Amino acid sequence: MSSTLLIIQTLNGLQLGVLLFLIAAGLTLVFGVMDFINLAHGVQYMLGAYLAAMFVAWTGSFVIGLILALISALAFGLLLEIVVMRHLYDRDHLEQVLATFGLILFLNEAVKIIWGAAPLQVPVPDMLTGSIVIANGVLYPVWRLAIIGAGLGVALGLYLVVAKTRVGMLIRAGASNAQMVSALGVDIRRLFMIVFGFGAMLAGFAGCMAAPVLSVEPGMGDNLLILAFVVIVIGGIGSIRGAFVGALIVGLTDTLLRSFSVDLLRLGGLSAGDARTIGPAIASMSIYILMAAVLFFRPTGLFPAKG
Amino acid sequence: MADIATSAPASIPAPLWRRHAIALVIFAALAVVPFIWPERYVLSLVGRAMVFGIAALSLDLILGYGAMVSFGHAAFLGLGGYAVAILSAHGIDEAAISFPVAMLVGAAFALVTGAISLKTRGVYFIMITLAFGQMAFFTATSLSAYGGDDGLRMFSRSDVFGTRLLRNETSFYFVVLGVLLGVYLLLRAIVGSRFGRVLRGAKENERRMRALGFDPFRYRLAAYVISGAICALAGALFANLTLFVSPAYMSWQRSGDMIAMVVAGGLGTLNGAIIGAIGVLLIEEWLAELTQHWKALFGPLVVLVAIFARGGLVKLIDRGAGR
Repeated sequence: MSSTLLIIQTLNGLQLGVLLFLIAAGLTLVFGVMDFINLAHGVQYMLGAYLAAMFVAWTGSFVIGLILALISALAFGLLLEIVVMRHLYDRDHLEQVLATFGLILFLNEAVKIIWGAAPLQVPVPDMLTGSIVIANGVLYPVWRLAIIGAGLGVALGLYLVVAKTRVGMLIRAGASNAQMVSALGVDIRRLFMIVFGFGAMLAGFAGCMAAPVLSVEPGMGDNLLILAFVVIVIGGIGSIRGAFVGALIVGLTDTLLRSFSVDLLRLGGLSAGDARTIGPAIASMSIYILMAAVLFFRPTGLFPAKG
Repeated sequence: MADIATSAPASIPAPLWRRHAIALVIFAALAVVPFIWPERYVLSLVGRAMVFGIAALSLDLILGYGAMVSFGHAAFLGLGGYAVAILSAHGIDEAAISFPVAMLVGAAFALVTGAISLKTRGVYFIMITLAFGQMAFFTATSLSAYGGDDGLRMFSRSDVFGTRLLRNETSFYFVVLGVLLGVYLLLRAIVGSRFGRVLRGAKENERRMRALGFDPFRYRLAAYVISGAICALAGALFANLTLFVSPAYMSWQRSGDMIAMVVAGGLGTLNGAIIGAIGVLLIEEWLAELTQHWKALFGPLVVLVAIFARGGLVKLIDRGAGR
């Protein structure tokens, strides 16, 4: 367990954490304000990556491609809201889960029809290629640092919007008591549409940022969606702060245990063979165990939004 | 009359003869299938539909009667399948041993995860069952001694008390049908019993049940364990049907599929779970023959079911029969 590897894996964990935060932020607000479970949030992330791949290839510029992809992701989020989600607000969670599950099946397949099943590659933008030295002898890709930076920037922006603006105040109020906000004369449906659209755009943004480091393929959002759910459950549904803390915990735990679980088990006295068998299993289960533990001791998460 | 019947609370069961009429038609139809279409393909397809019927029945017990939205139910299917396949890999091919073991494994997993999950309510319950399902999935992928990601092949079907009953397609079909019928009758008895009424009572009004001196947690946990054991039994049969188990048994998409079956058929009716399972599998099969991109058609269908099919197919049948 070298310190070089530890630094790199910690940065990788942070990178996964901020991507998860971008996805979880929309998810947790949509759930907090409207009590709506949106399983189809992960496909928004996938769609963002595909849109980025398409627009970057068309325009030849990452920045223009990114902007076009974000606008399209926002538009698509609003379209989904109008066509499907709107009909499900007053329904049971069961029906919401089922409907958005159907959306996942459809969109994963639609992406395959439009762009093919083979993974797409997106080039890293020219000015952010290469690696820089971050400690003595440790090289790290600039783009991955850019992802972390952009994620932290968005987190800060989101915090300012939610904490300091009128819309943010309404969102917070909606998350703690939607009926009361509605009774005070706020058009909660319109508020929700805004939250939903921007949540979809944030997930799309995560997809755009991840596209150059991951391969863009159908179903890429599914695993992240489940991780994002773990994040919002750990953090407390409806809470941006909870989503941020939860995302970093999940990102770091998952990444670090994946690379170090075998070594840790060997330090704990297991034989090399046993450690190699058990290690990966523990690593992939760790965040679910963490979530179960959090729910067991704090059934509404670390930072519950509802008083 | 029809209006009064449909607006009545879901907890009041329809008259006995009506529910029996639908069940009778289902089981009679399933029993004559091998005589009309003895082809291997049909037997295996309908056999698979019946296996999922058993799984859907087990889900309906907790989902329809207990309002516990389990989004990790496929884990039990996989546990049952793996129990049978792993025992078989160690030379134990006797169903009289491996099937009860499968059910015990399912029940044990349900007891542990249920005890934790049922501490939470609503969306948290959905998420935590999903998380436990994923845990089971990842455990299966890391079982490198038993195939890991690639899955585990079985060399033959299980023996039944030393006989090769399951190796003949037709007799296997009737065994699955027999199990389906047995599970149906068992669950029918359970939901009609005092236990089942407490379960439904806790779903309708938890506070009142507590005031009456019942502890809903214990009843829910018992239902969850029964459901897990039955779903594992379905998994044991599924492993025998396909002679192959893999982590894909436990994927969360399969859990979603199972919810779709129960809701499409009709929640909390038992008949609906069977009809839903058969319907969903036949539609999937039909769409898959139509196009390789069948999920692009199946997905919107699921969305429509969620938005419009309140009460599911069973209710449609009821309405169609003019009752």
